[in-house]
Amino acid sequence: MIKRIFSKRNRVLLAELVRTDFKLRYQGSVLGYIWSLLRPLLLFTILYLVFIKFLHVNYGVPHSAVYLLVGIVLWNFFLEMTAGSISSIVGRGDLIRKIRIPRWIIVVSSSLSAVISLILNTIVIAIFMILNHVAVSIDILWFPLIIVELYLFGIGIAFFLSAAFVKYRDVSYIWEVITQALFYLTPLLYPVAKLKWPIVRKLIFSSPLSQAVQSARYVTVTHQTYTISQAFHSFWPRLIPFAILMLVFVVGTTYFKKKSKTFAEDI
Amino acid sequence: MDNDVAIKVEGLSKAFKLPHEKNSSVKSAVVNFYKRNKSYDMQKALKNISFEVNKGDFFGIVGRNGSGKSTLLKLLAGIYSPTQGSIKIEGKLTPFIELGVGFSPELSGRDNVYLNGSLLGFNRKEMSAMYHDIVRFSELDRFMDQKLKNYSSGMQVRLAFSIAIRAQSDILLLDEVLAVGDAAFQQKCYDYFEDLKLAKKTVVFVSHDMGAVQRFCNKAIYINRGKMTHIGAPLDIADVYQEENMQSIIEQSSEGSKEAHKDDNIAVSIVKQDNEQHIIKFRIDYGSKFETYVGFSLIKDGATFAELNSLDLKVSDKKGALEYILDTQLLNPGVYEISATLIKSENKQSLATTASRLKFNLPGFDKTRGGAIHLENKLSRVA
Repeated sequence: MIKRIFSKRNRVLLAELVRTDFKLRYQGSVLGYIWSLLRPLLLFTILYLVFIKFLHVNYGVPHSAVYLLVGIVLWNFFLEMTAGSISSIVGRGDLIRKIRIPRWIIVVSSSLSAVISLILNTIVIAIFMILNHVAVSIDILWFPLIIVELYLFGIGIAFFLSAAFVKYRDVSYIWEVITQALFYLTPLLYPVAKLKWPIVRKLIFSSPLSQAVQSARYVTVTHQTYTISQAFHSFWPRLIPFAILMLVFVVGTTYFKKKSKTFAEDI
Repeated sequence: MDNDVAIKVEGLSKAFKLPHEKNSSVKSAVVNFYKRNKSYDMQKALKNISFEVNKGDFFGIVGRNGSGKSTLLKLLAGIYSPTQGSIKIEGKLTPFIELGVGFSPELSGRDNVYLNGSLLGFNRKEMSAMYHDIVRFSELDRFMDQKLKNYSSGMQVRLAFSIAIRAQSDILLLDEVLAVGDAAFQQKCYDYFEDLKLAKKTVVFVSHDMGAVQRFCNKAIYINRGKMTHIGAPLDIADVYQEENMQSIIEQSSEGSKEAHKDDNIAVSIVKQDNEQHIIKFRIDYGSKFETYVGFSLIKDGATFAELNSLDLKVSDKKGALEYILDTQLLNPGVYEISATLIKSENKQSLATTASRLKFNLPGFDKTRGGAIHLENKLSRVA
């Protein structure tokens, strides 16, 4: 099974599809690849100006600019993985109708484009961390694991959405609304520690996104970050976001596997 | 499974769900779910197909448009999954059925070569090794750094073909590859086919080009409306194809003219056939309210090889009969047909065509099958 998934043909194809995606992304733009760095940087500048300079939101942590940036970068990663994958199957309809390739490769290639953006963005984070003299702890080694967690969550959703989109084009609109809700459910722009009711904090930390974002801030920026262990005092409830993640991953991949048999005729 | 069987298809059926109104919104899905009505038709594209392709076979799939040929090929390629039945494949199969699948118009020719190569399972190193051969074969040296969208369609096909022939597989699936490209390109295709035959590759080949089917295939099937009606030698299958094509053309034209002009009719009949004397006498009856003349053609194997008309006779009656005697020494043994058309003198519009063509058989040993004209006395060797 594993051997089949990572067969030479699949690896070659995956690499070439990612390369193509990346080449095509900035096709016809003057600045080209620079945009993958410039775009998050500019977006971050806006948020920085609004939330830290004008609104003076107090996150109760040091290096609040970097703290804010880490959240935004991870959110963008999740967004690119999910919203960016919705039309991946339909968009590659020509391949699916005329060639026998494992369908999952198309979704994975689209998600790997998001990973590439994330890597570039992480470089931006690193630069900001150096400029802000953030003291790096050994805990930063957890960061890749948090990315893996987010990736599994994102790819589970991406599998589900891309398969559902083949038949129901409403999916993209519905997902847009859900994303908006998730955006506010995740403590990206507001200090979660300052929320009044513990139940709201518990709700927020049931989402794998919130848990991942806060943990990432904890391991990279400051240990003063409010994390899941503060929202849930006992051990078992802390597994809620991971349980949700597993459920989403299993449901997404199973649904995709079932539907992928008829992609060629449904598109 | 037998050792020399490459593809074994058993009881294969494929049905497509055809929604009445496309169910592509959640709302209609919900509504239909509660209504519990099936808002789709099942279209049976293939019904109970069984055949075997041996290793080294050049296997033709022939049929008219919409008969299910391409569906069958897609099932063989694993692009569709069967509704019923099974397909067993022994050996490595080419994954594509068309040329230039996955080409990206925004990428350069060079990038597309690598991309297309990856679909065949070649990594960049392997592609680099064969890159120059591919470019040379495609004769597109000067264009490799241009975007594919600036290529002409002929150039795209040339590039795609040059990559496709690199595929290292035991079984090739080819759908209408000859439908595109100029004569020079077709020649390259033919050469490639010859190479495939020499290399004893198994090829499944869908085409409308009966010439190519007869030239390359050693076995063929005929598919009509999703059913496999004939299997056998390519020559016979080509005959079936020509026959069915002709039949439908005549059906269409006679239906059309019957509705338009009920008064106009034409019929051909044999008056006398004498095989000893080598003559055949036939009669054409016609009637119309217009000034007309009659045109008729002699057909063998679906192809018209002689056309005549009654214009030279200067008979333009509205009703009448014509009788002809044909010297059959001119013709080889075989089945011939006569089709006649009633033509309006004024504007040369066809008013009626014989609904069913008159057939006659010239008995004899079938040694020069495929040709109509008996050349024995007219052809002499001079060197």
